[in-house]
Amino acid sequence: MSRKEETVGYITSLSRPIKGCSGDTGEWRVFRPVKDDEKCNKCLLCWVFCPEACITKDELEIDFQYCKGCGICAVECPTKAIEMVKEEKR
Amino acid sequence: MRLLETGNHLVALAANAAAVEVVPAYPITPQTQIIEKIADLIAEGKMDAEYIPVESEHSACAALVSASLTGVRAFSATSSHGLAYMHEMLHYAAGIRVPAVMANVNRALGPGWNIWCDHQDSISQRDTGWLQVYVASHQETVDTVIQAFRITEDHSVLLPLMLNLDAFVLSHTYMDADIPSREEVARFLPPYKPLWKLDPRKPVTHGSVVYPVDFSETRQSMQLGQESARAIIEKAADEFRDMFGRYHGAMVEGYMLDDAEFLIVAMGSLAAESRVAVDALRKEGKAAGLLRVRFFRPFPIDEIRKCCAGREGLLVIDRDYSYGMEGALFTEVKAALYGHGSEPVRNLIVGIGGRDVTYELIAENVRKAWDGALDEITWGDAHVTDAHEVTRELLCEFEELLDQ
Repeated sequence: MSRKEETVGYITSLSRPIKGCSGDTGEWRVFRPVKDDEKCNKCLLCWVFCPEACITKDELEIDFQYCKGCGICAVECPTKAIEMVKEEKR
Repeated sequence: MRLLETGNHLVALAANAAAVEVVPAYPITPQTQIIEKIADLIAEGKMDAEYIPVESEHSACAALVSASLTGVRAFSATSSHGLAYMHEMLHYAAGIRVPAVMANVNRALGPGWNIWCDHQDSISQRDTGWLQVYVASHQETVDTVIQAFRITEDHSVLLPLMLNLDAFVLSHTYMDADIPSREEVARFLPPYKPLWKLDPRKPVTHGSVVYPVDFSETRQSMQLGQESARAIIEKAADEFRDMFGRYHGAMVEGYMLDDAEFLIVAMGSLAAESRVAVDALRKEGKAAGLLRVRFFRPFPIDEIRKCCAGREGLLVIDRDYSYGMEGALFTEVKAALYGHGSEPVRNLIVGIGGRDVTYELIAENVRKAWDGALDEITWGDAHVTDAHEVTRELLCEFEELLDQ
């Protein structure tokens, strides 16, 4: 071949599953989940359903750096312990 | 084992001989017999593979990619509208850089509804990154399925391969062919060794966001894979010949090339027909030859420059339209020759939607082209039939209706 040979080799779109590889997705949030510890029975359903793995298993703490405010935890919570509250303007 | 079989069944038997492990597929005329045969072989316990019936061709290709990503040898088959429906996933398969082989039985795209042969389906997928090979005989179909896995699984290639065989002319006609045993094939085709695979021990995300600063290298890498395939295609064809004693060409196949003054350039079964036309012309004392383009992607640039230089002229036969331009193969051949030759190149667009093409028709057009009496492009043998007249009559009726 008379064409210039490039040297990029084999490249594909592979990535490691690391925390926050898509950036601070918490910035997308419009509604914030607020947990009422009185109502919470620690059934862990919110931990199971959180698509971003933003809820810790032991203390059920929400990581607001990455929580997008999707509200799935609030919908799934059987004791209605999570309320979605509109974020104040940042 | 020598068998009298249809082209479609031979594809299935060759896939079995190549130790294919997963086959996701959706049936479509004229491909159906390929996957029927594979389903039969699995049901009869003669093939150790997982058959995945899917709900669409889009899913078939998605499952093909996914299966290959788990590190197994994956195969599928489709045709025409099925291939078109896969379009998005064809890009995905090539972009994620997985090996896979898919047979495409070349069929026209509707409307009007047409199940017969032309190359519009695969030509329309030219720029998806898939390697494309066009076969011209039953035995070549078998041998190319086996070679295809060697090519696509080579670590310098890792791009999927589309094996194109002409509808009915090859897919449904019976010819005898030799099917090598699994043991024989295993000596030519070792088990697939992936560079990486989906594995819970090493979780990875694939197909994730790639920003502009990183993206163009992923495309350049695909181009490099195509360029690397040239040498691997040659090597696979040569080693196959050494082991099995059969050779159908590599990037191209020549027929009566050495002393040929005029060349026909064609793909698929029309190239086989052109061989007969060359014989007929030779009997008249006309030194014609044939260059059969076997691989359309990567395109045989060097082979065309080398084989076409110094001839009196070329006739490129297309079984497709690139609407608004000309036949696709014609464009590519001229592009390869630009600045490398001054032979007059003519285009014959025939065999559209399964219309019969005889060797006499090819020979007649070669004679005309040789004499300089052929237009730059000949659009087949277009003529208005009684069926077309219905459109004309209806248009008249609509004119009255729409004027009211």
